[in-house]
Amino acid sequence: MTTVAELPAGFADKVLSAQATFRSVMDAMARPGSVQRVTAGSGVPGAMMRGAAAIALTLFDHDTPVWLDPLMSGTPDVGKWLKFHTGAPVIADSSICSFALVGDARALPALDRFALGSNEYPDRSTTVILQVESLTQGTAFELRGPGIDGTAVLRATLQPADLFDRLAVNASLFPRGIDLVLVADDAVVAIPRTTRLAAKGD
Amino acid sequence: MNAPVYNFAYLDEQTKRMIRRAILKAIAIPGYQVPFASREMPMPYGWGTGGVQVTAAILGPADVLKVIDQGSDDTTNAISIRKFFARTAGVATTTATADATVIQTRHRIPEAPLHGGQVLVYQVPIPEPLRFLEPRETETRRMHALGEYGLMHVKLYEDIARFGHIATSYAYPVKVNARYVMDPSPTPKFDNPKMDNCPALQLFGAGREKRIYAIPPYTSVVSLDFEDHPFTRYRFDAPCALCGADDSYLDEIVTDDQGSRMFVCSDTDYCENRQAQGHRGSESAAPHKERPHG
Repeated sequence: MTTVAELPAGFADKVLSAQATFRSVMDAMARPGSVQRVTAGSGVPGAMMRGAAAIALTLFDHDTPVWLDPLMSGTPDVGKWLKFHTGAPVIADSSICSFALVGDARALPALDRFALGSNEYPDRSTTVILQVESLTQGTAFELRGPGIDGTAVLRATLQPADLFDRLAVNASLFPRGIDLVLVADDAVVAIPRTTRLAAKGD
Repeated sequence: MNAPVYNFAYLDEQTKRMIRRAILKAIAIPGYQVPFASREMPMPYGWGTGGVQVTAAILGPADVLKVIDQGSDDTTNAISIRKFFARTAGVATTTATADATVIQTRHRIPEAPLHGGQVLVYQVPIPEPLRFLEPRETETRRMHALGEYGLMHVKLYEDIARFGHIATSYAYPVKVNARYVMDPSPTPKFDNPKMDNCPALQLFGAGREKRIYAIPPYTSVVSLDFEDHPFTRYRFDAPCALCGADDSYLDEIVTDDQGSRMFVCSDTDYCENRQAQGHRGSESAAPHKERPHG
């Protein structure tokens, strides 16, 4: 059994690390497809990447039910670490979670299993944090939408292969929808519900 | 000795997390008003409690803060908020628009074009553009859900029927990303075109009404109008009396009780920059005239 003393640490400087991480995520959300870096260091439990751990420490608390995918929940450290450092309740029902942490992107559930918000309150929707292989090389995804001057190109190696096809549902659901935060090590890219795939190439 | 010790940027961390989550959803849904648990701030409502909370949640030690009130860096409201953050966050402050990374504003958008490294934080009194047309929150929320904005067009039409033109001159409603009708806060409609396709992120905080909303960079912001009554900017037909600018938004200043008045730039930083560059108006400030010769 892991004791608290054996858990990976949180942020060394809670206040400024959370602020720096938030600005990276805010810039990512405001400029979809742009790669932002998470610089704040913290302990990282088993299946989580550095970026995902920092985002969890920055945004999770007792007000945000969190859903973990089987890879994350299968690592006992992750749940304990989240509970100790953030106090966020880990729940089994993905349809009411504020955040979903997905470690094994291939096993990403159908997006309608998450909270999509309502037309009156579209903000009551899940932000999915998806760990992927790379956000600097791989397939080129040409994106457009608010936050992007014309089009932006994201080079990424990510699963599931049909991720952007699945996200196309955001167009018909709007203003409801899923906001996605992609993480690869310390790199963060956000794909809010307004972002559309313009073209895909090698 | 017994000076109170505040957390960085005044707010506690749980409040910042709550506001930060609201900001992220606001950016993801441009123009939609996200409810948030607004806190009491050490200033009265109407003095920018919403803007201050948004600024406190995003501000970091490396930021350079500028605060303006009606375009001016040197009014009581602007000075107190600037001092508030200089004291509670220790951030650098400036009055130069180009040097700032975070600009908190009440009722103006700076004249100098904003750039991608900047965040503009608006103080908003009444965030709901439909509020004076429909007082019930349940109804306005449904109207936003359905994208049903006929009432707003009726209001603008009634302006035309009564005055012959759209007489709304500030808080002029805009449509963001072709979906949500949004109140740009009581900025003069002169500033509306600056919101469209702006490289900077624009965040709006309404403290009393507990709402946060946003316009991401490079997002379409269209002022509502009619084909036969297109949107027009309004500006007093005069050059600035201090710097001679003929493209800036002007304040009208009454100078005596005989009806005399002068028009000066509302954006003090813009006006001072122009004067420093040698531009002169009809009433140029004395210090420039008193410079010693040779």
